[in-house]
Amino acid sequence: MTDLDRSRDDLTVVPARYPGRWAAAVVMLVIAALIGISMVANERFGWDVVAQYLFAPPIVAGLMTTLMLTGASMLIGIVLGILLAVGRLSPNPIVAGAAWLYSWFFRGTPLLVQLLFWFFLSALYPKIVLGVPFGPEWLHFDTNSLITPLTAALLGLSLNEGAYMSEIVRAGIIAVPRGQTEAAEAIGMTRMQAMFRVVLPQAMRVIIPPTGNEVIGMLKNTSLVLVIGYSELMTATQSIYARTFETIPMLIVAAIWYLVMTAVLSIAQHYIEKRVGRGFEQTVRVQKPAMTVTEAIATQRRVKA
Amino acid sequence: MNAYEPMLRAIEVRKSYGHVEVLKGISLDIPRGSVACLLGPSGSGKSTFLRCINHLEKIDGGEMWVAGQRVGYRRVGSRLHELKGREIAKARAAIGMVFQQFNLFPHRTVLENVIEGPLVTRRANKADTVRTARELLSRVGLLDKVDRYPAQLSGGQQQRVAIARALCMDPELMLFDEPTSALDPELVGEVLDVMKDLAGRGMSMVVVTHEMGFARDVADVVHFMADGLLVESGPPSQVIDDPQHERTRSFLAKVRE
Repeated sequence: MTDLDRSRDDLTVVPARYPGRWAAAVVMLVIAALIGISMVANERFGWDVVAQYLFAPPIVAGLMTTLMLTGASMLIGIVLGILLAVGRLSPNPIVAGAAWLYSWFFRGTPLLVQLLFWFFLSALYPKIVLGVPFGPEWLHFDTNSLITPLTAALLGLSLNEGAYMSEIVRAGIIAVPRGQTEAAEAIGMTRMQAMFRVVLPQAMRVIIPPTGNEVIGMLKNTSLVLVIGYSELMTATQSIYARTFETIPMLIVAAIWYLVMTAVLSIAQHYIEKRVGRGFEQTVRVQKPAMTVTEAIATQRRVKA
Repeated sequence: MNAYEPMLRAIEVRKSYGHVEVLKGISLDIPRGSVACLLGPSGSGKSTFLRCINHLEKIDGGEMWVAGQRVGYRRVGSRLHELKGREIAKARAAIGMVFQQFNLFPHRTVLENVIEGPLVTRRANKADTVRTARELLSRVGLLDKVDRYPAQLSGGQQQRVAIARALCMDPELMLFDEPTSALDPELVGEVLDVMKDLAGRGMSMVVVTHEMGFARDVADVVHFMADGLLVESGPPSQVIDDPQHERTRSFLAKVRE
């Protein structure tokens, strides 16, 4: 049946209805209610214990260590990642090869192994000496006093993170159209100026979301430092339930803090993305609004008349 | 070089990509203050030749000079020393280039796009550069758009900003690589008008274009290229209106349709 009938003026527009959305909402509400009720009704969750330990000094101290380790390792990792990514794309084959080798090695061995390796560095090199090879020696360090659990943790986490970040940064750089580099070079910029003034600022749009992933991953990866005897949020939690056997409530304490940190990071990420996305927003073009059906019919009438 | 020093001199310039030779020995002179248009079918090598002039592409054979300076090399006695990144960048700063896809920096405003070159590559005084940039933007009719981002402008406006950005480096020579090919037809005129104005001020220009009207009105010399060779050169009245070569004739017939 075709609709070529133009004789009527009183056509009304009926918006499309989506009953599926209502059905999904109802199902979700029921599931949420069930979970909520069970969380309150099931005493084994131990909410009183959770409340008791949420702000306990060892937990807060562990939380601070987690934040410090994450912040410091990510900062070093990001700087390292940028240098490695720029190195990978260097026309100098030695630099490019070295950057590739670094990523291959640090992505190719488990983080756990790397942490232990740095911690036990003194077994391999008891002394670290600064000087000219085969020449004079200026500074001597005892490796055991240099490599504390903290330095080993920072070395392990940040050097490993640098390898992953380098691939993220490289992806961002590749995503910037070649014409941008050419335009920068055409106004007399060197390769490095073009990279740091033109390409990298635009690459940030692509770099930020996976970097957010890395930060959140790092929050949780810091718990691996447990193997070298360093204590952070997860270790603090474990040492408490090892003593009190309140395993589930203590795990909930840890989970709550991880979720709070992730939430804060997600908000921060939102603002960073907004900032590096300047100039890339969906542009508000001055556009004629689409005609409504009634207007369209009226226009056609006029044309016909 | 002697008293007659052309803005651009190319002698037997060759360029290959792998086994494909895209420039098969191009020789031409472009006098100072003149406008040369490069015409030809796509794949004829005209854009590649243009990109060789500011060393975005490295030539594989022949010689080229811009304002008496050898492109890509420095001659010491009988040796040609390949230039390094910093020296190439310095040479490029004296040559403005306008791209088919505008290539404005999307993360910077119109004004920031225009002042970026002098500030970064010449460490120029910011207040002076902003003044120059505003003059240039008013010349291209975009003074009211200084704080916009490129994505908020039409194609024609973006290309005019790109021209201002190139001019802010105070170039001796301007290269245009199909500057109107990516534009909607109704926006072509505004860009061509800016280019005409520039030609009227005595700027040396090399323009790769398909705009026959512009070539006829503005060019001092038209070079027709095909298959990596220079087929025919001369004033537009000769090359466009009375082409001598069969290749030129068939190309112009297709363009005129």
